Amino acid sequence: MTQLTLKINGQSHSIDADPDMPLLWAIRESVGLTGTKYGCGVAQCGACTVFVAGQPVRSCSMPVSAVGADEITTIEGLKSKEALAVQKAWVKLDVPQCGYCQSGQIMSATSLLELNAKPTDRDIDLAMNGNICRCATYVRIRAAIHDAAKSLEG
Amino acid sequence: MMGSASLKNAALAIAAGAFAAGILMVAQGLLTSDADAAIQPALKLQPVASFDKIKNKSQRAVALFQEAGKVINSPRCMNCHPATERPTQTDRMRPHQPLVVRGEGGMGAPGMMCTTCHREANFDSAGVPGNPKWHLAPAEMAWQGKSLGQICEQIKDRKRNGDLTLAALVKHMAEDELVGWAWSPGTGRTPAPGTQKEFGALIKAWADAGATCPKG
Repeated sequence: MTQLTLKINGQSHSIDADPDMPLLWAIRESVGLTGTKYGCGVAQCGACTVFVAGQPVRSCSMPVSAVGADEITTIEGLKSKEALAVQKAWVKLDVPQCGYCQSGQIMSATSLLELNAKPTDRDIDLAMNGNICRCATYVRIRAAIHDAAKSLEG
Repeated sequence: MMGSASLKNAALAIAAGAFAAGILMVAQGLLTSDADAAIQPALKLQPVASFDKIKNKSQRAVALFQEAGKVINSPRCMNCHPATERPTQTDRMRPHQPLVVRGEGGMGAPGMMCTTCHREANFDSAGVPGNPKWHLAPAEMAWQGKSLGQICEQIKDRKRNGDLTLAALVKHMAEDELVGWAWSPGTGRTPAPGTQKEFGALIKAWADAGATCPKG
């Protein structure tokens, strides 16, 4: 076990962890932020997506020791204008069904809009197809991202 | 009697469990097929000295490149030199899952970059390979579907090899960190044949012998 300090959503958290433990477990079990979900554990579903240094990362496939001093943002700490627009669009279009994958979906959608203010359908598909939704809400997800992009135009 | 809130919570719990179970079934299927394909003994490379008996310089160069071609044709190299914008993966060289594309600089699409999953090092517990330089080869360096002779001509062509001189090409093959990943690919993946040092020596000997390419 190693003493590590994680910067998550603007706060520092000291934890004792195996350096090879996936970041996801540090976030959920050691720090107690359970908005980030476990889906597959092998970077195939996107449910565990968080930001590390502002970039989307599958937290199940990154060892906690590799984070270093980088800032981690989870679904609980999202507050960019793009994130707020995505969350509003999610509510407006009633996107989630069971909701399990939605924190990962929102993280990826937010990252896309931070990088591309006016994504096409193809841009959205390419950015989001690593986020699996067992309820198949893909059509609503795509519509909500377009809606969020439009709302950000002002 | 369960209240409506309890019923909703129970339904959500079942749905969440079903989601995780479903994903695990898919992932286990993928990993099983990877393992089946990956149990291959690593091939060896003939040392450069074993080609000394070929006195004709051009023929020796061709033979050296054909030996080096065991590495070039390995899935560890081919998977990231795809003919399309989508890489392949595993020893079976199946399309990469999830769907990813080359994108700008070979780094993927905005929002779904290589670094979203592939980090600084292999992470075997999740079965995800990694390297600090992880990226796809550009389209002009596509190898899949090409003969060894075509690949040979391509990697010598400075318009298609990143403007590398032969000396720089030798250095790239012998020392580049991402090329070197092919011999340390993590659990469940067959390494490229031989070692990077042996591969680099073959490429250097090929260049020194005139860099003649196999025909076809």
